[in-house]
Amino acid sequence: MMDILNILLSESFWAASLRIATPLIFGVLGALICERAGVLNLGIEGIFVVGAMCGWMAVWLGAGLWGGVLVAALAGAFFGLLHAILTVPLGLSQHVSGLGITLFATSVSYFTYRTALPNVSSPPRIEPFQPLDLPILSDLPFLGSVLFQQTALTWLALLLVAVVWYVMNRTALGVAIKAVGDNPDSVDAQGLSVYALRMGAITVGSALMALGGAFLTMSAFDAFFFGMVNGRGWVCIALVIFASWRPGKALLGALLFGAFDALQVRLQTEIGALVPGQVFLMAPYILSIIALVIAARSADYPRALLTPWFKGQR
Amino acid sequence: MIRIEPRETQSRTFTLGVPILSAVIALALAAIPLLAAGANPIVAYAEMFRGVFGSVFAFSEVLTRATPLIFTGLAAALAFRAKLWNIGAEGQLYLGAMAAVAIGSGVLDVPGILLLPMIVILGAAAGAAGMVAPTYLKTRFGADEVVTTLLLNFIILIFVQMMLEGPLQDPMSLGWPQSAPVLDQGMLPPLMERLRVHSGLILALILAGLAQFMLARSVWGFRLRAVGENAAAARHAGINVKRSLFGVAILSGGLAGLAGVSEVAGLKGYLTADLSPGFGYTGIVVAMLAGLSPAGVVIAALFIASVFVGADSMSRAMGVSSFLADLVVSMSLLCVLVGGFVARYRIVRSSTARAAS
Repeated sequence: MMDILNILLSESFWAASLRIATPLIFGVLGALICERAGVLNLGIEGIFVVGAMCGWMAVWLGAGLWGGVLVAALAGAFFGLLHAILTVPLGLSQHVSGLGITLFATSVSYFTYRTALPNVSSPPRIEPFQPLDLPILSDLPFLGSVLFQQTALTWLALLLVAVVWYVMNRTALGVAIKAVGDNPDSVDAQGLSVYALRMGAITVGSALMALGGAFLTMSAFDAFFFGMVNGRGWVCIALVIFASWRPGKALLGALLFGAFDALQVRLQTEIGALVPGQVFLMAPYILSIIALVIAARSADYPRALLTPWFKGQR
Repeated sequence: MIRIEPRETQSRTFTLGVPILSAVIALALAAIPLLAAGANPIVAYAEMFRGVFGSVFAFSEVLTRATPLIFTGLAAALAFRAKLWNIGAEGQLYLGAMAAVAIGSGVLDVPGILLLPMIVILGAAAGAAGMVAPTYLKTRFGADEVVTTLLLNFIILIFVQMMLEGPLQDPMSLGWPQSAPVLDQGMLPPLMERLRVHSGLILALILAGLAQFMLARSVWGFRLRAVGENAAAARHAGINVKRSLFGVAILSGGLAGLAGVSEVAGLKGYLTADLSPGFGYTGIVVAMLAGLSPAGVVIAALFIASVFVGADSMSRAMGVSSFLADLVVSMSLLCVLVGGFVARYRIVRSSTARAAS
């Protein structure tokens, strides 16, 4: 018990939690924007892969780190737009289209990587984002050293939580996006384009998802591996329900998840001899299912989620 | 003004034509990545064709590869018919495979003649159990089965690795994470000498026929379709929706479990953690290409298996990454989706918008 307390009080534990949470913050925010507009985006897992691959490859080809971030976001937006075309004007099954996007985006990424690098024994490395030293903030006790160990992408994720919150709750655009996910007919009646709002939300949301992938290859690690996304996208789909589609709670959910994941890694070194290591590896997925089950009962789904809307048909 | 309206009738030409055309378009689109990889597409297609139809061995490999895809394709097709989104066939496949090696490697003292039937039944039961849990969470707590089945895939795969380093590990494997082999009496007999194609294919074909008949002709099939088309109306008509969902969950999970049984007891003989290269996920593509019809699943599985076997062979000959096969498979899913739209709706140009009904 003392061990757990020691872990929870250590700065490195909270720094690790925030690091693990970062890709999920991007992913949950992206999924939140899509679903608020009424469209489930199961392309998320593949869009993570595309973001990870494209971001890494752009840097490897010499685009610079922020160039890589931009390329990753654009690649995510591209696959998001594809999902948007299939699900909004064509009104196709959001489940099947999303899974199709995941399969397509993943195989495009793997094929491109393999074709560009046919014979490498170990994946080439890039110089990733380094921890960001900010004046004043980094000097704060405890919090300072937790934040001090983070890279610019983590700061970007935290900034985006605030931006998404502001847009969703304080702007006319946010009101329109939420309305289009609840009652598209009313949005149409006001003369706004349901198609444009939904497609825009999916495209932007997908760009954010790709940043989550880019964080993996450009900050958490320094290379691209097959299978490195490993279900993180699906975890985000569970977390967005847990967060009841609110940016603040999305941050909380991602942080909680990161904390549990960081805790299990540390427990593994403490009591690893007693329990097979795989039990700890399973924990994050089991945790996501538990979070989903807890939240599902009272979940207040956007009312038009999964329902296609066609102009001129009621 | 351009508007979209549903077609009055769905013609047979579309039902059959859309999947075929989608497959052809996806294959044609593969020319782009082939060119990008510096390969001559014509030569590549010829290599793929030779890899599929070039010899008896080549085509027997397609049949071998199609076998698990028929099982997982049926698993997805039945569940999707009831709008039960089982994306967990990959995990259920591994549950079936684990049950098969657990029983088949001689742990239970079963008379030889009963061993194979027990492997098949308990393997299917294990797969079914893997789908009952998410269905319970869906009906009891409203937890989205898409997310739970997807996450379960990861949990089950890690569980398999744990078992292969623990209770299921072959003591003779010198530390490799690999199970003990299934006893000879527990193996599905091969169909042809010196070829890998095995009687799991026959089981898959029988089940596809049975599913086709039941879906089209039985009361059970009618209920299933009614629940899928409109759950509220089905409930109103006195159908026990929950029971129907559990019924299809058991069938879907069981079929996916049989894919694992068939791979272990028909092909590999033992279990490793890389038994399935994503058969569960590919089964979804198979089901969609088949228009969720069990008979169509057989044809779609043969097509997808040909793509994989052909691309493998082309990849060896020309040095193009075999991920090309995954590209073709995912593109054919997207094409068939769009094709389904063209079959269901038509685009009308009208100067006067018809009054909204």
